[in-house]
Amino acid sequence: MAVGQNVLRKEGYEKLTGAARYVDDIALEGMLYGKTVRSAIPRGRIKSITFDPDYDWSRVVIADYRDIPGDNYVALIENDQPLLAETEIRHCEEPILLIAAESKHEAEIAARHINIEYEELPPLLTIEEALNCEEIIHGSGNVFKSFLIARGDVGEGFGQADHIITGEYHVPHQEQLYIETQGMIAIPAKDSMTVMGSMQCPYYIHKAVKQLFNLSDEQVIVIQTTTGGGFGGKEEYPSMIAAHAALLAHKAQRPVKMIYDRAEDIAATPKRHPGIIRHRTGVMSDGSLVANEIDILFDGGAYATLSSVVLSRGAIHSQGPYRCDNVRITARAVATNTPPNGAFRGFGAPQVTFAYEMQMEKIAAELGVDPLELRRINMLREGDITATGQRLTWSVGSEEVLNAAVERSGFIEKRRTISQNNSNGSKRRGIGLSFFFHGAGFTGSGEAKMKAQAGVEITPEGRARILSGSTEIGQGTRTIFCQIVADELGISYDDVEIEEPDTSRVPDSGPTVASRTCMVVGRVVQVAAREVGEKLLRFVAERFGKADAQLIEGWYTADGRRLAGFGETAREYIDLHGELRAYARYANPPGIEWDDDTYTGDAYPVFSYGADVAEVEVDMDTYEVTTLKITTAQDIGRAIHPVLAAGQIEGGTLQAVGYGLFEELVWDRGRVVNNRLTNYIIPTSLDAPEMETIIVEKEYPYGPFGAKGVGELPMDGAAPAIAAAIFNATGAFVTEIPITPERLLAALEDMSAPRASENTDHQ
Amino acid sequence: MKIIFQINGAEREIDAPPMKRLLDVLREDLRLTGAKEGCGEGECGACSVIVDGEVINSCLAPVCQMQGVSVLTVEGLSRDGWLDLLQQAFLECGAAQCGICTPGMLISARSLLDANLHPTRDEIKEAIAGNLCRCTGYIRIIDAIERAAEPG
Repeated sequence: MAVGQNVLRKEGYEKLTGAARYVDDIALEGMLYGKTVRSAIPRGRIKSITFDPDYDWSRVVIADYRDIPGDNYVALIENDQPLLAETEIRHCEEPILLIAAESKHEAEIAARHINIEYEELPPLLTIEEALNCEEIIHGSGNVFKSFLIARGDVGEGFGQADHIITGEYHVPHQEQLYIETQGMIAIPAKDSMTVMGSMQCPYYIHKAVKQLFNLSDEQVIVIQTTTGGGFGGKEEYPSMIAAHAALLAHKAQRPVKMIYDRAEDIAATPKRHPGIIRHRTGVMSDGSLVANEIDILFDGGAYATLSSVVLSRGAIHSQGPYRCDNVRITARAVATNTPPNGAFRGFGAPQVTFAYEMQMEKIAAELGVDPLELRRINMLREGDITATGQRLTWSVGSEEVLNAAVERSGFIEKRRTISQNNSNGSKRRGIGLSFFFHGAGFTGSGEAKMKAQAGVEITPEGRARILSGSTEIGQGTRTIFCQIVADELGISYDDVEIEEPDTSRVPDSGPTVASRTCMVVGRVVQVAAREVGEKLLRFVAERFGKADAQLIEGWYTADGRRLAGFGETAREYIDLHGELRAYARYANPPGIEWDDDTYTGDAYPVFSYGADVAEVEVDMDTYEVTTLKITTAQDIGRAIHPVLAAGQIEGGTLQAVGYGLFEELVWDRGRVVNNRLTNYIIPTSLDAPEMETIIVEKEYPYGPFGAKGVGELPMDGAAPAIAAAIFNATGAFVTEIPITPERLLAALEDMSAPRASENTDHQ
Repeated sequence: MKIIFQINGAEREIDAPPMKRLLDVLREDLRLTGAKEGCGEGECGACSVIVDGEVINSCLAPVCQMQGVSVLTVEGLSRDGWLDLLQQAFLECGAAQCGICTPGMLISARSLLDANLHPTRDEIKEAIAGNLCRCTGYIRIIDAIERAAEPG
């Protein structure tokens, strides 16, 4: 069996020897270097573009929106974002012109000889400014999208409540900060365009480049190169870069490479949506939740891009893994004159998780209920119903993860004794927990509409080869898919290979996002492998006249005797029939239903569950917080590869430590001013806490070998667990992340929090 | 400017502008693309190489300073296609995910182990503090370096 084993990563050798080819490692004959000229203002109109007559413009190729043969937009949901600005500017760093030159240096020089004059308009830079509507930049109220989720009767719920507790929580932008910056190479040919580069979603780019040139499916080829991290940041924006490189390549009739430097990458590409989330919760004296009103505001930035789906996921997760019969969730994504925010691991959930978990801490503190007990009283268990009315019928590991994290960390004992050690000295320790869940796959009817496709074929050498558009971005796609197919066919992991993601060779498996690669596409791969296996089994049965032949350890066997090996049988089949290949498509498990109009039903076929316990030390002189240890338990159904799964959990958890403590973008009139690794701080090895990871396996009957999603869940829990630990250590209840020394100091100075802002005396 | 230096044990001569970054010389002139550019200002460590026994950020080093030195890059770690102990430990421990920081991480780890046969976990953390990784949470990288340092 390969599943459950820590087999070696398929592309490990190349990554360890420096042989792996990332996009910037590729140099082609006659290749030019592309550069983007961007807007310097957040809002206004282009008055004029002047090309310095003293510069020899024959040295470079320039492209603007008029060079676009198709329509001027990035193909996504609303198609509202132009590839190149025409006259209107909606955010700083908006692409206006493209330059291709013989060297990066030459392109830089040319850019310095272009002068753009603007007529500036007053920009909307924050959620508050957008909602004030003094300026209108989108629709009638600057709102891209709004959702309402309603269950039960909140009025009645608040009427019953012994206490009503309100809280307001602020979450910031966060930069994905993959270590490989974004980049693409476009290669023109007579009637086609090939684009290769760093990406999560080849078929997104395929669609964008097709519409850019009005080309057919076959005329555009998109190839993923080894990709140095994505985390959502290479979901939608690579379509923009690919289109830019392709436009320049088309005009120059030469290959064009565009690689962003770090400053451009941070300044111009999408980030996690910042937000303001308000809770008003009705609670009984025993701690049970009876009503919750939640209002979510996300800053979408200047174009709609993915905001509607980020908001949707945020809204659906905002009640957390807690029962409540009366819930009303309102959610809005607003338009501002800042670069569009987009996909980042968690996709709306980390924002709302910080809010609902801090709200639980606040409720526990105000009621004098133990925070662990409060979670246990309210947690969703099998058979319970979520805010969208989804009954949880399978694979609910909520209780198991909470118990595992609490027991393994010694939470109860440490929580009791920790305050005794805090009386002396300038350092105080604290311990806090968080409990969370994450729906895997697209939200709502997304997967049913997408019908993701993947295939398995047998090579002439008698090996199995997987055909899928899902990408390896470090998380282990290539490895786990091969494990799944090996076990489904009953052959060795070493006899399974996977085709490069190249749109001319692999089908559209949907984007590599939403914790869907293992659970959704892995399942499709498994079904395709099953079909191949069944074809071969029928072939063997006919050939040997053995209807009961089975594949055992790579051998077709009947009556305890080996008839033929898998490889030779497969080769014979191909000799006879020409090829052996099967494709499969995803279909939801039976009974999964979602209503887009009322926003009710099964939002996801299944949820993964997690619990984090964070232990911190706060320096009361400098207000610096050190995360000493995080114990995390995560129910992911089944770990196809335990080491890779733990790697996802640990890496995601550290990104969430950064989200909670360090990572902050500083803005000045709509422009990021700390767009460098010197001043945008991500955790180093010295900031990384000790981590203990417990994988809980509540098998999901419709996942491959029981697997659910793991990619995003780890991003959700660490920030609120750390904030709870800081609360425990210092008494400061910090409602805004990252909890920098400045914010902690401010919260300590306002130690009156938390305080019940509204109490009802229930008759 | 002519520069003669050792790269991964072999003498090489190149002709490059004196202020050209060592990183670009490696990647463009010598086609050794293992060292990566993650920030271009010495913060991320993806471009780390060993020069005369010291780890440096090759994005900050002008090639004119490289006359006569000996440079080790990730391509110089494996021998005849075989991974060395450190690379093998990285592979087995799951220390490489996306792999972009791996060449620099391996170089910093190699340098540590050359100087310190049995480092503590804290010493390992210190040694790779200049190499940013966004995927792993560092745990498995530290595990791998520890494993490579184990006797036998």
